[in-house]
Amino acid sequence: MFDLDNWQEIFDTIRRHKLRTFLTALSVWWGIFMLVVLLGSGSGLRNSFEHNFRDDALNSIWVYRGQTSISYQGLPAGRYLQFSNDDYDMLRNEVEGIDKLTGRYYLTGEYVVNYQDKSLSFDVRTVHPDHLFLENTLMTEGRFINDKDIREIRKVCVLGDLIVEDLFEEGADPVGEYVQVKGVEYQVVGVFTDEGGENERRRIYLPITTAQRIDSGTERIHQLMFTVSDPTLEGSKKVEEQVRQHMASLHQFDPKDDQALYINNNLQEYQQFQTVFNMIDGFLWFVGIGSIIAGVIGVSNIMLIVVKERTREIGVRKALGATPRSIIGMILLESVFLTGMAGYIGLLSGFGVVYGINALMKANDVELEFFYNPEVSFGAVIIALIILVVCGALAGLIPALQAAKVQPIEAMKQ
Amino acid sequence: MIKLENIRKSYTTGFNTLEVLKGIDLEILEGEFVSIMGSSGSGKSTLLNILGILDAYDQGNYYLGDILVKNLSQTQAARLRNQHLGFVFQSFNLLAFKSAWENVALPLYYQKIPRAERRERALKYLDRVGLLDWADHLPTQLSGGQQQRVAIARSLITQPRMILADEPTGALDSVTSHEIIKLFKEVNEEGITVVLVTHEHDIAEMTNRTIFLKDGLIDLE
Ligand SMILES: Nc1ncnc2c1ncn2[C@@H]1O[C@H](COP(=O)(O)OP(=O)(O)OP(=O)(O)O)[C@@H](O)[C@H]1O
Ligand SMILES: [Mg+2]
Repeated sequence: MFDLDNWQEIFDTIRRHKLRTFLTALSVWWGIFMLVVLLGSGSGLRNSFEHNFRDDALNSIWVYRGQTSISYQGLPAGRYLQFSNDDYDMLRNEVEGIDKLTGRYYLTGEYVVNYQDKSLSFDVRTVHPDHLFLENTLMTEGRFINDKDIREIRKVCVLGDLIVEDLFEEGADPVGEYVQVKGVEYQVVGVFTDEGGENERRRIYLPITTAQRIDSGTERIHQLMFTVSDPTLEGSKKVEEQVRQHMASLHQFDPKDDQALYINNNLQEYQQFQTVFNMIDGFLWFVGIGSIIAGVIGVSNIMLIVVKERTREIGVRKALGATPRSIIGMILLESVFLTGMAGYIGLLSGFGVVYGINALMKANDVELEFFYNPEVSFGAVIIALIILVVCGALAGLIPALQAAKVQPIEAMKQ
Repeated sequence: MIKLENIRKSYTTGFNTLEVLKGIDLEILEGEFVSIMGSSGSGKSTLLNILGILDAYDQGNYYLGDILVKNLSQTQAARLRNQHLGFVFQSFNLLAFKSAWENVALPLYYQKIPRAERRERALKYLDRVGLLDWADHLPTQLSGGQQQRVAIARSLITQPRMILADEPTGALDSVTSHEIIKLFKEVNEEGITVVLVTHEHDIAEMTNRTIFLKDGLIDLE
């Protein structure tokens, strides 16, 4: 098979049939090229989605207040629920399977932040210490809000790194400095960054208790967020159900009332998206392989024509001692070589396009919502290569068998 | 060396069956130089193809040496042809994209002989037919007579026991034809059996034995 002579025979035929070599190579090239580009786009889509998810803990559940829709134990439907510190304590102490837990208290109005002579407005979030883990907040300096801040209702704050850039001189250390937020002075205890984008990095975190104190000592909480210790879908559904039950008895609503609470299970959502993306991937493979098969059928057809053209030559070879096997080997090798080569070039150019786009996007800082970091996995490449070789062999099979049937008397015909 | 016993062969096309060979008995000894003559359609090529194991026969027995050539697989037939027989065709049948020496060496390729050795042997046989200087030429760069010499060199390279030639001079002028037949005669004088089909009496006269075919039977010798 790997004798130099076999290759020479192949190069001879390829040289003698330049046009058909080009056409078959083109169709296979296109098939593989399409497959790679499609898979790359699919991964771009998937990665953009994972990218959007990346600053939230995947195994997290977010709980929002709703409005009851079923009357329960004499209480009418249509009641608005309110969360308070009791809900936080209840989740912390009574529900099993919750790992990190935080509330959020929404401060209303504009938050003007003053430092020295600068005055800018930013978003403020008031949270418990575990919030650090729920949003994948990355501390770059100092620390995040801690339990002592909560207990002692301290006036401390944690700043996003872009705020620091805006307010402080370059090289200045903000930790320990005081900034004014809506007229109240807070000491900066830490600086963070966040992979979730620029908006996240222009936030100020305050202890939730401090915020409640400012809003005339309320005990209210607007939103609760937690991660589950068992990161399976079942585990998180179990915890979700428990939370619903406990909340139902605390707030006296029907546990079957799905309007009373809005529960956002990120894991479930993530897995639903994964299912969708797997389906998209499957579809792309289907289309890609379809175009490869079209290419392969083209190769097969042209090889068949070539075998017809070469009938006499094959007859002569047989008269001179070529066995059917050697003829089959010759045609198969030619077919595998042709599809393999063309496919390999298709693979490379497909890669070129996918990574070229990726590099261009990175270089120009293009951030598209539905397209991020397109790539083609190594496994997909291996599969594509296997497909190529198998298809090459399949494409050559029928023509090769046809060639093997050529009778040596063909050589004798005038 | 060759023995045919009551060989019959017919072709069926559509509903018609045409009996081409109707019982050929023939013996050819080692080292003979035989020509086959007969009118067009008398079955000369059919007989030669059977002798060359290029085609199967319907009835009878064909012995090549002590091998009974019957019901062979394609692979077995290919081996026998490659080892024992050489072919020269009317239309030369050189592969157009291969040089003269590569054409000569082709039968050795199917014996899995390495390229360097193939080349060496091919050059030897090209020299033998007087075409050493043309070794690297393509067939289209050669005259008809030269092409047929290359074909003869190709038929000799495996050192066969018998060379079969179907109207080897059919496409050549008479001067060249005589040169080619002379070459066959030299080959025969080295002990190789030569069987050729021809229409021309003067060529048949240069052989040692002539077989006339008529209506599918051997008419006279
Ligand atoms: N494959 C075939 N199928 C059907 N008929 C055939 C086939 N080959 C040969 N014949 C017929 O068999 C007969 C003998 O053919 P053959 O080629 O042996 O004749 P020939 O003596 O070589 O004639 P020529 O001198 O014209 O070459 C002819 O009538 C021919 O038409
Ligand atoms: Mg004939």
